[in-house]
Amino acid sequence: MDKLAPDRTETCFSDLKKPFNLNQAMVEANRCLYCHEPPCVDACPTRIDIPTFIRKITTENLHGSAATIFSANVLGMSCARVCPVELLCSGSCVLTKEGIPPIRIGLLQRFVTDLAYQRGWSFFQRARPSHRKVALIGSGPASLSCAHRLAQLGHECVIYEKRPFPGGLNTSGIAPYKMQAHDSLAEVDWITSIGGITIRHGVQVGRDPTLQELEANFDAVFIGTGQGPDRRLDKLPGHDLEGVWGAMQFIEELKLASVDLSQVRNAVVLGGGNTAVDAVHELLHLGVPGVTMIYRRGKQLMKGYAHEWEKALHLGAAALWFTVPTAFVGQGCRLSGLKCVSTDSALKPIAGSETMVPADLALLAIGQQGADPMFAELDGIRVQGGNIVVDQQGFTGRRGWYAGGDCTNGGKEVVFAAAQGRTAAQAIHRHLTGNPASNGAQHA
Amino acid sequence: MPDLTANCAGIVSPNPFWLASGPPTNSGDQVMRAFDLGWGGAVWKTLGDPIQNVSSRFGALNHNGVRIIGFNNNELITDRSFQTNLAEITQVKKLYPRNAVVVSLMLDTREEWRDAITRAIDAGADGLELNFGCPHGMCERGMGSAVGQEPSVNQEITSWATEISSVPVLVKLTPNVSDITPHGLASQAGGAHGVSLINTVKSVIGVDLERFTPIPAVGHTGTNGGYCGPAVRPIALHMVGTLAREPRFKLPISGIGGISTWKHALEFMLLGASTVQVCTAAMHYGFRIVEDMIDGMERYMRSHGFQTLDQLIGKAVGNFVEWGELDINFESVARIDPQRCIGCQLCYLACRDGSHDCIEPATDGSRVPTVEEGECVGCNLCSLVCPVPGCVTMHQVDNGFQPTSWNEHLMLEKPIRHKKGVH
Ligand SMILES: Cc1cc2nc3c(=O)[nH]c(=O)nc-3n(C[C@H](O)[C@H](O)[C@H](O)COP(=O)(O)OP(=O)(O)OC[C@H]3O[C@@H](n4cnc5c(N)ncnc54)[C@H](O)[C@@H]3O)c2cc1C
Ligand SMILES: Cc1cc2nc3c(=O)[nH]c(=O)nc-3n(C[C@H](O)[C@H](O)[C@H](O)COP(=O)(O)O)c2cc1C
Ligand code: SF4
Repeated sequence: MDKLAPDRTETCFSDLKKPFNLNQAMVEANRCLYCHEPPCVDACPTRIDIPTFIRKITTENLHGSAATIFSANVLGMSCARVCPVELLCSGSCVLTKEGIPPIRIGLLQRFVTDLAYQRGWSFFQRARPSHRKVALIGSGPASLSCAHRLAQLGHECVIYEKRPFPGGLNTSGIAPYKMQAHDSLAEVDWITSIGGITIRHGVQVGRDPTLQELEANFDAVFIGTGQGPDRRLDKLPGHDLEGVWGAMQFIEELKLASVDLSQVRNAVVLGGGNTAVDAVHELLHLGVPGVTMIYRRGKQLMKGYAHEWEKALHLGAAALWFTVPTAFVGQGCRLSGLKCVSTDSALKPIAGSETMVPADLALLAIGQQGADPMFAELDGIRVQGGNIVVDQQGFTGRRGWYAGGDCTNGGKEVVFAAAQGRTAAQAIHRHLTGNPASNGAQHA
Repeated sequence: MPDLTANCAGIVSPNPFWLASGPPTNSGDQVMRAFDLGWGGAVWKTLGDPIQNVSSRFGALNHNGVRIIGFNNNELITDRSFQTNLAEITQVKKLYPRNAVVVSLMLDTREEWRDAITRAIDAGADGLELNFGCPHGMCERGMGSAVGQEPSVNQEITSWATEISSVPVLVKLTPNVSDITPHGLASQAGGAHGVSLINTVKSVIGVDLERFTPIPAVGHTGTNGGYCGPAVRPIALHMVGTLAREPRFKLPISGIGGISTWKHALEFMLLGASTVQVCTAAMHYGFRIVEDMIDGMERYMRSHGFQTLDQLIGKAVGNFVEWGELDINFESVARIDPQRCIGCQLCYLACRDGSHDCIEPATDGSRVPTVEEGECVGCNLCSLVCPVPGCVTMHQVDNGFQPTSWNEHLMLEKPIRHKKGVH
């Protein structure tokens, strides 16, 4: 693994949601009603026992509180920072029905999990070695969650990662005002400290080793390769001008290296999803004077979270709705603007609506390319609509092959990857031990 | 892994957490559900001649938006028949042989007591608890706290029970007395194997300002009830500690009153209780709270190096002394951490109006007050009202005087420090 550069651009960001101190956590935790069969737990894909961990804050059993969180979700630290809690746990808090602000579950979880990291608490013991080996492709949240559970159950895990850093998009994609790369890497260290998990960096599975080689050398394989790189607009003239970037590629650059935006006056972000909204936030934070989101549909239909877009508007974002680019225009080899056209509600271009939008930076946030189609070369594995097809347990249909996370769900959130990775680990464990009910893990 | 096995007067349970006699232990279904969730024992809802209750029966003291800091009830003993209860006790013991089932009893004549005790033991009771504590309804009938308030009656009825019981007998004491000691000693003289305390405190929880009745109103009238829940914990701790440090008192104690967390349980146990009992908290939050009680207690024991409960029970008793034995030369002063202070000035106001007026408000607009340490009497008030943990802290100062108690000063004429804050 490479070392993180100290002068990464992302380090100039600070937390959008400020962490709680003990007093704030106590006040907030004591607001929790401690509901029976609470909707917040149903809303959490990893089903953390939220009222219990909060109750344990109020009784000052902080170690037990952390154990409650991590026993359900080993990525509890990053989830506390990156989960869209407004739409998950907190969004379902019964207090909102009374018009009372919901419990700030994310910040409470962050308080407890940060404390666990600071104090170096450990919660897990490995079961006796099973002498079974599992390969995991990709080191993102899905694989980490899966590997941790497998290691806990006594299996040996080898994670193959093509990049120099582990953590997948948790390291390279999350908006730096939510979480920065060093936190993601600390989480990887914390997770792998259970033992029995090796990460091999710079290894692109499919090339070397091949899928067949992997299958021959391991007792099971988990695919956690995500949704792949940015989609591009290669058919548009000028797509290769300097200043045209994939949004994820750009975000990765600012998180892991540094970007110089001092010459950028006008930036556009193409797309209406969360990556687009994140990119708008990031550009505005970094001082770009004009940032415009260009989306082919209307505001009501954007996939990016409304609460995040509202915040971007406060920072000064602009938007062009029902608009698509038709060409990138340059001065020399540098981008200077986009030719755009308005669309009607059926997304058809409206004749005569052409405009020129000045831009010296354009980020394409129009989605990822989808799960790697190479997996379909293996009999029994299907890749459909950009997803590897799996059953509820993460089984692909080919004996010994499982998958989870973004490569199976079209690209959701970290917490879904964590949940699916763990579910798949249970299925893999049953496959390896031939024991359908076995669940021999221990935790403190 | 610490061992939580508890033993109170020979009644053994997998952990020290018992449900107190009350609504949560009214039936076998409830007790079994509680055992499934981890409760170590249960004291059955008091058996006796089945009664009829009034409606409604409970009231709560809420404070600043926090619900049920205190609770009050005028519920009597069980309204279910003896046979029904005993059959369920037998069934529970059969299915949960490791958990402690203690049968609480309240009867009138010696014959009734004898008969009830025999039947309860036959049904499988691991122990008996004599309810000498109920402060409403039953005492007017010459039972409950009417017994517990009169040491000679307490001793006599206790001896009726201990004469024939083949299982340990706990006497449940009432807090509605001025000094608990003679009552504990009376139970001991009557042959009890242990005591449990406290039962509820006589109280009126509130008055309805529109209907002019005590709360809870039963139609157009209200009555006194028994106070319990978090607010009574200090009273209970005092009574438990008082018996535990009494040299003549030798019996084990089951501590009750306002317990809802592992920390509360530890407080009772450090002051001498072998097991603890919970009623109101289980009524408020359900049986599930025991998970954190066990979890928190285990983690505490592990982090403090205790392997068994015996190693911690009573650890604070020796430090619980009379006022006259306190070190009167010990001196502390308050200090305010300007980094943490949020400028509410509650400490300034509290000291000015409620103590010795030795906190100065800021003159530089920072709103951070300062303590005049030469005047501070070390009363703690400012640190108690401060809303920020760790902001106002108390610090020991060396005044050059040797540690001396008031008693030593009187008897041995040891020198004591000068009074502070007296003008
Ligand atoms: C810009 C952006 C912002 C986001 N913000 C949030 C957020 O705030 N909150 C949230 O919950 N979610 C967010 N997400 C989504 C979240 O990051 C993903 O859902 C999550 O990371 C998915 O985890 P995963 O393990 O399935 O895949 P990934 O995190 O994508 O990890 C896949 C890994 O596999 C590796 N890999 C791929 N192919 C191979 C191969 N052949 N051999 C070896 N290694 C390979 C990749 O290099 C990568 O490290 C965001 C996503 C993006 C793009
Ligand atoms: C509604 C109610 C009914 C109770 N009934 C009994 C009873 O039948 N017998 C008894 O010994 N104590 C009874 N108690 C007292 C409790 O067992 C206990 O001593 C008291 O409530 C203090 O504990 P707590 O603060 O945990 O509630 C009752 C308490 C309540 C709240
Ligand atoms: S808790 Fe409410 S519903 Fe249940 S018996 Fe009491 S008053 Fe009735």
